[in-house]
Amino acid sequence: MLEISNLVKAFGGVRATDDVTMSFAAGSLTAIIGPNGAGKSTFFNLLTGALKPDSGDIRLDGQSLVDLSIGQIVRRGIGRAFQVASIFPSLTVEETMLAAVSAHHGHSGRLGQRFPLPSTLTHTAHCIEMVGLTSKRATLSANLSHGDQKLLDIALALVLEPKVLLLDEPTAGMGPEERWRVIEKVRELWETTKITVVFIEHDMDIVFRIAPSIRVLSYGRVLAEGTPQQIRTNPAVIEAYLGTEHEAAA
Amino acid sequence: MMRPAFRDALLGLTGFLVLAALPLVFVSSALIDFVIRCAALGLFATSLNLLVGYGGMVSFGHGLFFGMGAYSFGIIMQRTGMPIPLAILLSLGVAALVALVVGAICVRLKEIYFAFVTLAFQMLVHSMIIAWVPVTGGDQGLRGGIPRPPFLGINLADQKQLYLFAAALLIIGLLAMRHIVSSPFGYTLRMIRDNPVRAGFLGIDVYRTRLTAFVLAGMFASLGGVIMSLFVSGAYPEFAFWTMSGEAVFIVMLGGTVAFLGPMVGTVLLLLLNDFVTRVAEHHGLVLGIVILIFALGLRKGLLDFVMDWIEARRTRRGAASLVPAPSPERIAT
Repeated sequence: MLEISNLVKAFGGVRATDDVTMSFAAGSLTAIIGPNGAGKSTFFNLLTGALKPDSGDIRLDGQSLVDLSIGQIVRRGIGRAFQVASIFPSLTVEETMLAAVSAHHGHSGRLGQRFPLPSTLTHTAHCIEMVGLTSKRATLSANLSHGDQKLLDIALALVLEPKVLLLDEPTAGMGPEERWRVIEKVRELWETTKITVVFIEHDMDIVFRIAPSIRVLSYGRVLAEGTPQQIRTNPAVIEAYLGTEHEAAA
Repeated sequence: MMRPAFRDALLGLTGFLVLAALPLVFVSSALIDFVIRCAALGLFATSLNLLVGYGGMVSFGHGLFFGMGAYSFGIIMQRTGMPIPLAILLSLGVAALVALVVGAICVRLKEIYFAFVTLAFQMLVHSMIIAWVPVTGGDQGLRGGIPRPPFLGINLADQKQLYLFAAALLIIGLLAMRHIVSSPFGYTLRMIRDNPVRAGFLGIDVYRTRLTAFVLAGMFASLGGVIMSLFVSGAYPEFAFWTMSGEAVFIVMLGGTVAFLGPMVGTVLLLLLNDFVTRVAEHHGLVLGIVILIFALGLRKGLLDFVMDWIEARRTRRGAASLVPAPSPERIAT
């Protein structure tokens, strides 16, 4: 269980994260939505240790993460995929994953043996399979489609066997078809692994159809939380964000 | 399928046998000299490509280690007369130590700063060589010949035996570097070249990996320097001058950075050009400059990379005409 209590982060006079309290149950799938500048990415940066909060606490399974470094937080079990897929363009999918698994095992500096290490094969194949890239494992990462690059990024996060997976706009910059393919893969991943997944998403159709639970941020504050049905009909959310179109649809 | 390590060893052995047979077929002392120079410069350029092609670190000061190898070996042999293999190992050790100090400062720096600070260190060492006359002989170089006492029945004073020895060192050096780039460390280096930030997120120690690569490259460059000092029986300040580093960068550009043997092809190309052009043209620098321009602007890659890409493209075209055309991005060493 990931618990955030009274988290505050200000940049100058702007409180990008303003007294945020929320929790994510183990094995849950949650979407975070909110208008541009609502503080979603800042929130993720605080959770991963990329930014230090001014006050408040972040606890994973009861242990505070606030004073830990990025690396320590990763090792405690918070994995992250990036808004712009952060991959290794000149390596194939399989090489990328084999090298990442070697690093995870602490063998990235080995000079004595040939790559890949036999001990890395199983976990690598498993991670590639989880994101559905098995058929593209020999493809150069630079030649993958946008969606597949994103899935590879997610696979890289999975190498570290996280308890919580944070996905910053997993479908950003994709066409409609690819969006659905990627998000379906994410849901499948969540269903099979029961990792706690939290994702930021702009596409409301995706959010309402995929996420059992939604949190809405606005001006750094938690505006609402609940099921898709509750969010759709919440007057504050409609006013701040959704507009009349979704009101009518609801 | 054959295991890659075994295949490389077999190729290495074949390469050595071909080199060993060469003087039996073509009796020419010029050929022998040419191959020895290829061995020295080839190891030097291939070691630079560990940094440039695999590590994404463009060093302008790599000649420092070539000069370091030549001078340490020469000085050790002149002053102690220890067995040659021991002196070679000691020279590599000296180069490693210097690379550790220089690298500790340089590998933290971003591209352009890395390039220029390595160059600065090289000029520092070059000035030391010029100034420290009692040890290095100053701008006259290390003269009086380097003693080459026979060891294990090998007499390097004999040009034919020196030839075999240089060929053996070349093959051993290339196999060792080939092994390095094929190890988990080699792939970690490629990850850092592609995306250091993400590599850090995966728990990779970026600084340590870069520093290790820098030290290893320095050692192999110094092995090239050792061969050169054996060949000319001396050591000269030019070995540690910036033009030496420039020559290695030139070779890597000529031959290619992707294919492992690209720098070797570049070495042969440069030496052939050099020997040929100086014989027929007065302004050989001009001709060499035009050649590099043709490679940089025309092929946009080194010769071996160009050939490999061409073969690859042909195979894809034949194999799958109906499939989605595979875009060929700017490939870097794999």
